[in-house]
Amino acid sequence: MLVWSRSGRLVLWALFALVFGVLFLAPLAVILLSSLAGQWNGVLPSSLTTAHYGDVLHGSAGDAVKASLVTGFLASALALVSGTWAALSLRLQGHALRRLLGLLFFIPSAVPSVSVGLGLLVAFSNPPLLLNGTVAIVMVAHFVLISAFTFGNVSAGLARLSPDFEQVASSLGARPGYRLWHVTLPLLAPYLVAAFGLSFALSMGELGATVMVYPPGWVTLPVSIFSLTDRGDVFAGAALTMILVVATLALLLGLERVAARASGS
Amino acid sequence: MSEAAVIGARPARVETGKFWILPPAALLALLFFYPLALIARQAFFDDSGMANVAEVTRVLHSRFFLNALINTVSISVAATAGCLIVGLVLALILAFVPFPGSRFVARLIDTFIALPTFLVTLAFTFLYGSAGMLNAGLMEAFSLPLPPVNFLYSSWGVVLAEVTVYTPFILRPLLAAFSLVDRGQIEAASVLGARPLRIVRQVILPAAIPALIAGGSLCLLLTVNEFGIVLFIGAKGVITLPLLIYGKAIQESQYQVACIIAVINIALSLGLFGLYRFAAGRLGA
Repeated sequence: MLVWSRSGRLVLWALFALVFGVLFLAPLAVILLSSLAGQWNGVLPSSLTTAHYGDVLHGSAGDAVKASLVTGFLASALALVSGTWAALSLRLQGHALRRLLGLLFFIPSAVPSVSVGLGLLVAFSNPPLLLNGTVAIVMVAHFVLISAFTFGNVSAGLARLSPDFEQVASSLGARPGYRLWHVTLPLLAPYLVAAFGLSFALSMGELGATVMVYPPGWVTLPVSIFSLTDRGDVFAGAALTMILVVATLALLLGLERVAARASGS
Repeated sequence: MSEAAVIGARPARVETGKFWILPPAALLALLFFYPLALIARQAFFDDSGMANVAEVTRVLHSRFFLNALINTVSISVAATAGCLIVGLVLALILAFVPFPGSRFVARLIDTFIALPTFLVTLAFTFLYGSAGMLNAGLMEAFSLPLPPVNFLYSSWGVVLAEVTVYTPFILRPLLAAFSLVDRGQIEAASVLGARPLRIVRQVILPAAIPALIAGGSLCLLLTVNEFGIVLFIGAKGVITLPLLIYGKAIQESQYQVACIIAVINIALSLGLFGLYRFAAGRLGA
C-alpha cells in the first residue's frame, strides 16, 4: 500500500472514479441510454422506447449484422491459418531471416487502414485480378489488417511453449506432421482461440479500409452506423452500435470460455 | 534405433523446412506489399511511365495537405501526452492503492481495446454535442440562449476521444511493469518516512519508464492512423491525413493525389512503427 492515510486514499479513489466515470463509463452508458431514448430535448430523455432496435432490425441492419459476421468469420479464419502457418514455419528459418520476416509479417498493423484500402483499389481494379466491386475485396482488406495481430498472438504463444514436449515427441520417433497435429497445435490451442477472438473483434469494428472498398449490398455494421448518424438518425445509430458492442463482447466471452476449456483439458 | 531415425531425419527436414514459409509470405506479398508498391508507383509516375515531379510538389505544397499534416501530428502528440498522463494516474491507483473491485475495473478498461473507436465519438456527441446533455444542462441552469460548450467540433474533441480509446494501450504495459515492482521496497521506504510522491518518483517511475516509452510510441502510431473518430466528429476544420486520403479517393476520385498523400502517411506510420519496435525491443517485450 502506497498511501496509508484513509483520507488520502479516499481522495485518490474519488479521482479514479471521476476519470473512469467521465472517460469510460459515461460513453458506454450514454450510448445505451440514447439507443433507448424516445424524446430527448433536455438533459435526460423524457421517455424510453425500444422502437429504435425494432426499426434497425427490420431495416437493413439485419443484412449489416450478417455482412459483419460473415466477413469477420472468414477473414479471421484465413488470418488464423496463415498467421499460424507463418509463425510455425518461421521457426525453421535461420536467425537473421527469421527476424526480417517476422518484422514483415507485423508491418500490416502499422499501415493506416485507409491506405490498405486504397492499395487494394489501385491493385485489384483491373483484370485479371478484378476484385473491386466484389465482396471478396472486403474480406481481403479485413484479412490484411488483422493478419499481423493473429501472427503476433500465435508467435507469442509459441515463444511461451516449453520445447520439452516437442523434443520428447521427436525422440520417440514422431514424424513432423504427426508431432505438429498431435503435440504442437493442441498446446497452442488457447492462443489460437484468443487470436481468433481478437481478430474477429477487430474485424467487427473495422471502418477505415471498409469504407474505401465496400461494394453496394455488402454494408458492414460500422459503415451502416456511420451512414445512419451521418444523415442525423443518431438514435438508430446508437441502437446499432449497442448491437455491435453486445455481439463483439458475447463473441469474446464465448471464445474465452472455449480457450479456458482448451487449456484446462 | 529411434536415435538413428532422428539423426537421419534431421538434415533432410531442415532443407525442405525452409520452404514452408513461402505460402503465407506469398499471400502477404500479393495482398499487402504489391498494393503498397502500386500506391508508390501511382504517386510518382503518370500513366505513360514518366516521373511526375510537378504533381508531387504541387500536392506537397498545397494548403490542404500541409493543414492535414499539421493536424495529424499535433492531434497525435496531444492525445499521446493525454494517454500517458491518464494512463499513469489510473495505473498507479490500480496497482498501489487498490480498492475492492479494482481488478474488475482494470479488465473493463481493457475490453475497450476490442470496441470500435467511433463508439466513443458517437457517445461524445450525446454528452458534449451542441444538443448534448452537458449543454442542455448548462442552458437550463443558467438560461443561456446558445450552447456554451463547443470543444467537440475542434481538434480537442478528437484528442479527448483518442485519449479514451488509447489509454488502455498504456495501462496494459504499465500494470504489467508495476506488478514486478517489489512491494517490500515501497513499504520499507514509507516506513522510513518517504512521502508517497517521493516513492513514486524514485522507486516506481524508474520501473515504469520502458513501459511508458513503448506504450507512448504505440499510441503515437495508432493516433496518426486513426480514422473512425475523426470521420464521426465530421468537423470541417479537423481533417487528418487518413481522412484526406478517403476524401480525395472516394469523394473526389483523385486517385493520384490520394496516393501521394498515402505515401507520406505510410512513411510517417512506418517511422513510428520503427520507433515502437526499437522501444519495445529494448524493454525485452
